[in-house]
Amino acid sequence: MSNTTAALEAAGLAKSYSRRKPAVLDECSFRLPRGRVCALVGPNGAGKSTLLRLAAGLLRPARGTLHVLGLTPARARERVAYVAQSKPLHPQLTVAETLRYGAVLNRSTGRWDRRAAERIAYGREDGEGLAPDARIRTLSGGQRTRVALALAFGKRAELMLLDEPMADLDPLARQQLTGALMSAAEEGTTIVMSSHVIAELEGSCDFLLLVTGGRLRLGGEIEEVTAAHTLLTGTADLDASRQTVIEERPSGRGRTALVRSTEVPDGDWLAERPNVEEVLLAHLRNTHVPPFLTGDASPVSVQRAERARAQENAA
Amino acid sequence: MTAAGAFKFRIDRRSGVATYWQIVQQTKQALRLGLLEPGDKLPTAREVVEATAVNPNTVLKAYRELEREGLVEGRRGLGTFVRASLGTASSLDSPRRAELEEWMDRAHEDGLAREDMTALFDSVLNERFPQENS
Repeated sequence: MSNTTAALEAAGLAKSYSRRKPAVLDECSFRLPRGRVCALVGPNGAGKSTLLRLAAGLLRPARGTLHVLGLTPARARERVAYVAQSKPLHPQLTVAETLRYGAVLNRSTGRWDRRAAERIAYGREDGEGLAPDARIRTLSGGQRTRVALALAFGKRAELMLLDEPMADLDPLARQQLTGALMSAAEEGTTIVMSSHVIAELEGSCDFLLLVTGGRLRLGGEIEEVTAAHTLLTGTADLDASRQTVIEERPSGRGRTALVRSTEVPDGDWLAERPNVEEVLLAHLRNTHVPPFLTGDASPVSVQRAERARAQENAA
Repeated sequence: MTAAGAFKFRIDRRSGVATYWQIVQQTKQALRLGLLEPGDKLPTAREVVEATAVNPNTVLKAYRELEREGLVEGRRGLGTFVRASLGTASSLDSPRRAELEEWMDRAHEDGLAREDMTALFDSVLNERFPQENS
């Protein structure tokens, strides 16, 4: 399998749990290149968990396609680790037994890395990790997350799908486990982490997918997404036909506006580069604006169509 | 890890300063303070990300920038090493410092407050040497 295949590639992906209810995911098309650390962001109920479960091969799409490492989700499963929000583990087993169980389940792949799993579960220093003989049922939520992540590391997956992995970790464990994830990323593992806490993902993620109401709103390398937007402050009027205005708010005698453009309009404007949090919040407050995908985040089918259109225009 | 103890970065996520830029600045600071000298090894990207939980590409970007400025060099399979030390323009007996002191005294006589001087200094600095990245 060539390395040019994406970690994830979705085209027209849709999922609904019931005919009467609106779709949980609708018309999702995007591409996540390999080797990225991707933040999957959106409010509660936006469809983040559904997207991860589709990628893990636990759900089937109602419409559209989803390729994982160039394969169907079911066929990619051996090479993918999925950590669910609920961290389903056997309550009666000890931590050591759980890791042995993980080794048995992954025997067929021959990829199980016992030391990697133990490093996460037991920590590298005293007081950092868990006791091998602790039973799962006695563990806190955060400690269970550590066990679930230990299994994911032991699997030596090429793609890690993590649903709210940091939610119940204490600051020390969060720092240590994020460090371990970054070190896996340094070796080329692709990581997708969902969260509704934006600050949690800043610094460690380099790619972004924003989902609201089951639809993809933003996608691409974080720097490229923020660089495509400008924060304008001034007293002049803003001509909405010249650029996409994501949000406009009064400020003193003038206004502050986040626009999707790198050009500064006529008039006396202070133009600043927004940070990722400003771009995300503006898009969360204004879900009617057109979606934005960078070239890297566009599915190959879309890229092909764009190229064809460009050639047609040139001819 | 070097015998003297590996150099460590301190990343402040709330500072609003780009993370890669913090790494660049802290390395330069360490060169000025003599924490790092030519021949010393910078921590590997792996060591930095494990300790700070920042994205590996951010560390590599910072190291590339330091390399571009001729301060460090990457040696294949060995790591990144300090190549040059930084001038000590800030030291007490430097002539530039004396000039700046004179300038500040004059500015004070003209009635400029501390904040006015900082603003003026930053404004000229940014005009003459624009930062490529925020």
